[in-house]
Amino acid sequence: MPDLRFEAPGSLADAVKLLVAAEGPARVLAGGTDVVVQMEMDMIEPALLVDIKRIPDMGRIVQEEGGFRIGAAASGMEICEHEALCAAWPGIIDGVKLIGSVQVKGRATITGNLCNASPGADSVPPMVTAGALAHVVGPNGERDVPVEQIPTSPGKTSLGKGELIESFKLPARPKNSGDAYMRFTPRTEMDIAVVGVAVNLTLDEAGVCTAARVALGAVAPTVLLVPECADALIGTKVDDAALAKLAAAASAACQPIDDKRGTKEFRIEGTGVLARRVAQKAYERARANA
Amino acid sequence: MSKKYHVSLTVNGDEYECLAEPQMTLLDVLRDELKLTGTKEGCATGDCGACSVMVDGRLTCSCLVLAPEAEGRSVETIEGMAKDGELHPLQQKFLEMNGLQCGICTPGILVAAKALLDRKPDADEMEIRYWLAGNLCRCTGYDKIIRAVMAAGEEMKGA
Repeated sequence: MPDLRFEAPGSLADAVKLLVAAEGPARVLAGGTDVVVQMEMDMIEPALLVDIKRIPDMGRIVQEEGGFRIGAAASGMEICEHEALCAAWPGIIDGVKLIGSVQVKGRATITGNLCNASPGADSVPPMVTAGALAHVVGPNGERDVPVEQIPTSPGKTSLGKGELIESFKLPARPKNSGDAYMRFTPRTEMDIAVVGVAVNLTLDEAGVCTAARVALGAVAPTVLLVPECADALIGTKVDDAALAKLAAAASAACQPIDDKRGTKEFRIEGTGVLARRVAQKAYERARANA
Repeated sequence: MSKKYHVSLTVNGDEYECLAEPQMTLLDVLRDELKLTGTKEGCATGDCGACSVMVDGRLTCSCLVLAPEAEGRSVETIEGMAKDGELHPLQQKFLEMNGLQCGICTPGILVAAKALLDRKPDADEMEIRYWLAGNLCRCTGYDKIIRAVMAAGEEMKGA
């Protein structure tokens, strides 16, 4: 086994310096539920691990500018226990709740879920439909990146050498808004999405959809944000005709693989079925959120 | 050979120190360095829950925590569950109601169940089943485990 150096810097600047200076593969360590497992299974052999959990405020969840800022090291359980966040973004909570067991969520972060860049990551579609921005810090300064632009292909991200995500910004929520995420898995718990769909809607006082974002997980190399799906809902009361158009647009956007968890045909059809259910759930939540 | 890291941590209220390579996990530290072998290794990849412990009050798979990450942390394991020779209500109910067979998953299930009942002694069957979804048992078929946890919850509520 090659030498491994472990560092737990006390500041973001030091974390960036360590990552920039790294010789050989380096990994950021937050919850470790992917990194440690991949080391254990000899899938990765990092020369440097940079634990970000000792950096002050990295685990904080705060209300900011009418929305929320979620620190990169906040665990899934901390996110699920934050009452205001649960009330404002139930669709994100739907996704986070599905990430592994209580034990795993006690450590796992949405940052790792995103940067592991699995197309089936459960928290990513609802973060995408929320319009979440990742605050990226690196040797050349800071930038805000829409979450959907972070993963580029399975296991790969758009982050450059020395860059890491410091936090996520969730925008202020207009009233009459609701979001939801559901996935299909053969088992109800402890499984990986075969298909995942997130929908985020805003309605007017009459219940007509004025804004929508729809994202599909596990049916393409990255999570897909599908404007055609949003177009099927905008201007409607999410009635049967709109749902039929949504399902067709969702199925049409899929570029799935065939594997042991689901065939291509199943994933394409399942995405349409799930999109309907999730849109209905998001609509109910938006109506209840007047 | 990687550099070794000095790790000091509290386990069940007692302070410990050891030297650990960074690839070592908290589970390795507990079992091999501190000789606290009550915590079991099952899958070593966070799927089975046999290595469940509390880290700073949070239910965690100790196989997913690297040894240097445990620096300064407070850990609770199965060895700390019985107090002064008296079994915890969960341990007592598992014995009385046959909540175990081979016993490998038992320490992890007890630690996980205690984490739930400490915050919610009146958790219902559905909540208990979902909470324990990360603890696999190959023997019991789970039903006796769930009944024992519910009975312990009843007792803890009354206490």
